[in-house]
Amino acid sequence: MQDIIRQLEEKREAARAGGGEKRIKAQHKKGKLTARERLEVLLDPGSFEEFDMFVEHRNTDFGMDKKKVPGDGVVTGYGAINGRIVFVFSQDFTVFGGSLSETHAEKICKIMDQAMKVGAPVIGLNDSGGARIQEGIASLAGYADVFQRTILASGVVPQLSVIMGPCAGGAVYAPAMTDFIFMVKDTSYMFVTGPDVVKTVTHEVVTLEELGGAVTHTTRSSVADLAFDNDVDTLIQTRRLFDFLPLSNREAPPVRPTEDPFDRKEPSLDKLVPRDTAKPYDIKELIEKVADEGDFFEIQPEFAKNIIIGFGRMEGHPVGFVANQPLVLAGCLDIDSSRKAARFVRFCDCFGIPIVTFVDVPGFLPGTAQEYGGIIKHGAKLLYAYGEATVPKVTVITRKAYGGAYDVMSSKHLRGDINYAWPSAEIAVMGPKGAVEIIFRDELGDEKKIEARTEEYRTRFANPFVAGHRGFVDDVIMPSNTRQRICRSLAMLRHKKLENPWKKHGNIPL
Amino acid sequence: MFEKILIANRGEIACRVIRTARAMGIETVAVYSEADETALHVEMADEAVAIGPPPAAESYLGGERIIKAAADTGAQAIHPGYGFLSENPVFAEAVERAGLTFIGPGAKAIAAMGDKIESKKIAQGAGVSTIPGFLGTVPTADEAVEIARGIGYPVMIKAAAGGGGKGMRIAHGGDEVRSGFERAVSEAKSSFGDGRVFIEKFIERPRHIEIQVLADSRGNVIHLGERECSIQRRHQKVIEEAPSPFLDSATRTAMCEQAVALARAVGYRSAGTVEFIVDSGHNFFFLEMNARLQVEHAVTEMITGLDLVEQMIRIAAGEPLSLKQEDVRFNGWAIESRLYAEDPARGFLPSAGRLVRYREPPRDDHVRVDSGVTEGDEIGLFYDPLMAKLITHGETRGEAIRRHGAALDSYYIRGFRHNANFLAQVMANERFRAGEIDTDFIATEWPDGAAPTAPGEDARPHFVAVAGLIHSRQGRHGRTQARGGGASGQGGAGPGSSKEGGAAQGEFEWVAMIGGEQVPFTAVDNDGGFDVVQGGATVAVRGAWTPGGHLFEGTINGEPKIMQVDRLAEGYRLTMGGHQADVVVRHPRAAELAKLMPDKPEPDSSRFLQSPMPGLVLAINVCEGESVEAGHTLAVVDAMKMENVLAAERKARIAKILVAPGDSLTVDQVIMEFE
Repeated sequence: MQDIIRQLEEKREAARAGGGEKRIKAQHKKGKLTARERLEVLLDPGSFEEFDMFVEHRNTDFGMDKKKVPGDGVVTGYGAINGRIVFVFSQDFTVFGGSLSETHAEKICKIMDQAMKVGAPVIGLNDSGGARIQEGIASLAGYADVFQRTILASGVVPQLSVIMGPCAGGAVYAPAMTDFIFMVKDTSYMFVTGPDVVKTVTHEVVTLEELGGAVTHTTRSSVADLAFDNDVDTLIQTRRLFDFLPLSNREAPPVRPTEDPFDRKEPSLDKLVPRDTAKPYDIKELIEKVADEGDFFEIQPEFAKNIIIGFGRMEGHPVGFVANQPLVLAGCLDIDSSRKAARFVRFCDCFGIPIVTFVDVPGFLPGTAQEYGGIIKHGAKLLYAYGEATVPKVTVITRKAYGGAYDVMSSKHLRGDINYAWPSAEIAVMGPKGAVEIIFRDELGDEKKIEARTEEYRTRFANPFVAGHRGFVDDVIMPSNTRQRICRSLAMLRHKKLENPWKKHGNIPL
Repeated sequence: MFEKILIANRGEIACRVIRTARAMGIETVAVYSEADETALHVEMADEAVAIGPPPAAESYLGGERIIKAAADTGAQAIHPGYGFLSENPVFAEAVERAGLTFIGPGAKAIAAMGDKIESKKIAQGAGVSTIPGFLGTVPTADEAVEIARGIGYPVMIKAAAGGGGKGMRIAHGGDEVRSGFERAVSEAKSSFGDGRVFIEKFIERPRHIEIQVLADSRGNVIHLGERECSIQRRHQKVIEEAPSPFLDSATRTAMCEQAVALARAVGYRSAGTVEFIVDSGHNFFFLEMNARLQVEHAVTEMITGLDLVEQMIRIAAGEPLSLKQEDVRFNGWAIESRLYAEDPARGFLPSAGRLVRYREPPRDDHVRVDSGVTEGDEIGLFYDPLMAKLITHGETRGEAIRRHGAALDSYYIRGFRHNANFLAQVMANERFRAGEIDTDFIATEWPDGAAPTAPGEDARPHFVAVAGLIHSRQGRHGRTQARGGGASGQGGAGPGSSKEGGAAQGEFEWVAMIGGEQVPFTAVDNDGGFDVVQGGATVAVRGAWTPGGHLFEGTINGEPKIMQVDRLAEGYRLTMGGHQADVVVRHPRAAELAKLMPDKPEPDSSRFLQSPMPGLVLAINVCEGESVEAGHTLAVVDAMKMENVLAAERKARIAKILVAPGDSLTVDQVIMEFE
């Protein structure tokens, strides 16, 4: 018995040592933490319960039977973030370069299965050289097992990926299907094929960082949602995101008590929209002044900046904010912004997080680049996402809501629950100038007449009342009261029940 | 008495005049440009009249439109405030001709005092001490050099129609006279439409002390003592006080007597100010007379208990002065600071933007805020960047300074760069506290600009302690959301939640990361606050802060303190006493692991010339491919009608020029790239 306990201690010791002191030093030298150190930062102190510490690979080829490390390159288990349960896996680059073996994959699958059973999120910390090549196809099978579980867990429990080292080839597809991806600047990479292969095949010369670094993926490809300076910052921000999310689709999002009054007035919002309709303003100020305690966690801040998405709370309840940003491209919808917002809306809908939408949209971005790029289908994604969503939807039109983009942005017609307009709202098919040029085409030569017609159109349509007459907006509200009106609406909608017709799943225009 | 007056101004001074008028039972009419439609002065006035587009020349300088607005609304008199039309004799005359009353001096006195050359001659005639110099316009650069040599260097080249530091250049030799002359003339032309300049001896490191006078239309003239306005940047006043910490009673008496004599000599009426410069030997020289209400009049009001605007209105209505010289009593000390939209870290260049957050300190008998803005206002480049004035009073100078510092700590301004932290640094400055100031004070004490400083050894534990308190309150928040919360993870709560829930035991072991250092501390819950132990020393911090709050208000070791709190992605930016620090609080293990993280330097911006302020490109002085030495002029940018020369900071070769003359610039916009 004593002997077994001693052996146990030894095995634990060996597992904790991972790839050994030398490799740990090398890991640190790269500015990276070890798999276990990362979990210490991610989870509440002392909360981690580890599984499968003694798992070792079963491979005997290429002398692998002589190289065995308990744990086999991944640390798995569960723990807590601010007291709420979460399942985790953390790949250990110091053990076989974090490469994925059959057993490594089995460990990941085990915690995913557990997470599904109990209804708890999964966070994966990725730092892996790729497949364990010595194992061949067994490794590929392992990836597929993880993929399949990721797919089935999608929409059931929140899944977060943190890329903290290399993540290449097929390995990228597990994170790709999770809900959010965070990356560490300068030390993490994601790509399907690396710079060497790129050069051989296409003669393109590109650096690791340019091809698949954190900046590339958060600004150009939008594969990743956020990038941070180092491991510790990234993990602490992962905790922050986690606090907004429910444990599963069976649970309500977590409520955080707040002393921020629901009826807090913000008089300065009455001056937010400039008198000159051509002048932009920062819609983020509205979000930050409306959300509890001014706390707004923005997602994808560096990509498609013409739309802003992110999480905040209203009266302690998490909400997803979607807002056109007039500062960038006048806040128009284009391929990137439609895709960005559509995925976010669907995430919120999956997990019962109400959606608050602020609308100031002049329409869709015109041009061949957009049409050839398929704006029709990409724009339809956002339309589909809003129309499909059954969570509470509260919308505030702050200024322009023109044309088809008006319909798309959580309009009444897409089952918007509460739709407000500010006095500065202009809900119309298009701006006065464009409209007049079409309706009064024959008067185009006469500048005076056109000016009068434009004024006429402006008075008739460039206000919230036309939509108000038809009940397309429920009320015209003072900007300073926006927080109170949204809080009241969300409270009223808290037990909203709405179900879509039964179907296997819809066919969103992917 | 008037029943209704119009205020031909905007901003804090318009609001300030409206307040007094209202207290006197007089109705008010505001005028506003398109940019000011929702401005505070418009909101405060009983009536408001739109007078044109944003540029001052098309609105606030439009005398005719303003007079018409007065006539249309039935206002009987016009108060011009300061700036704009306040010292325009043509306007004053037009007002009177329209059958209205100009609340200010007569046109003749304005004209005489408005011309620096003329006024100096009158002053000499009235027996007022004046600076040696050449009393006449200087036509050419060559003659300027000639005259300068005659006076003896250094000399000051000044616009005859000037004011506020515009069109002013100091020269230490012939070459500087030549270049200074050109610039002064061009600036004087663009700012005042009058290119005449004159030259006088430049008094080095002088103090700026001025005498407030009050004269009625019956020839009674009194003075209300002095104000010291030595603390200036870019030749504009920033901090003023009354009385002066420097003057002895003999000098004070002589200056006051000469000021009164000058007012009599020009037949002055209304409130006016005679400005002097005073050298270290208590020699004083007449600088100019301001025929209007001064920005800094409030410090005089705080120590005399008089309302200068009320006095001006009564005088304009024909009333005789209600008090004689011997009735004027001086009580205690008053200090005023001007809150500007400007960037102290970049040579006090004007900034602009939306006032996203704006909370003034609470007012009481000793704290006065004259403000012209409210939260949500757009502070543009059309007008003076003055947002508000803070005035505090005390029995002693020390008390006034202490109150000033405390008020600045609670003055919460966000949205663009401003000088509140700089003002707080002045309040804490040893030389300032000792009253050892002169007009070079800022340039000497802050030669490299004035960014907020990191808290020093004394203040740092206070910052850490407040961060600890904030973090525990924020954290308590976060933890309460876990359902159930059972120790072993009952009901979905994770395991080990009791450990982070150390709040129950009321003791936290944490590490503050501040200024690149790690400070371990223990925070012990105690009596509505924490006792924070750092390295053996305990800081007791008590007070109110709730998540989302902008101010921590409480006590640190029993002393009342206010600290500004801004939430960062992680941690908090804390600001107090001109000090600022980003503090991140982590549990010890995370802090220990953070030590392994590499330092990542900020990206190198020295490859670019960026616009230090919003403005207009006047000239690009280099071309692509050109090599320049440090100090070479690269571009000239106009902001607030000031020509700002942007020079190379080091030897460089111009790779690319991205803007052209006439382009408007935003702050930090890249003007050119270097190789």
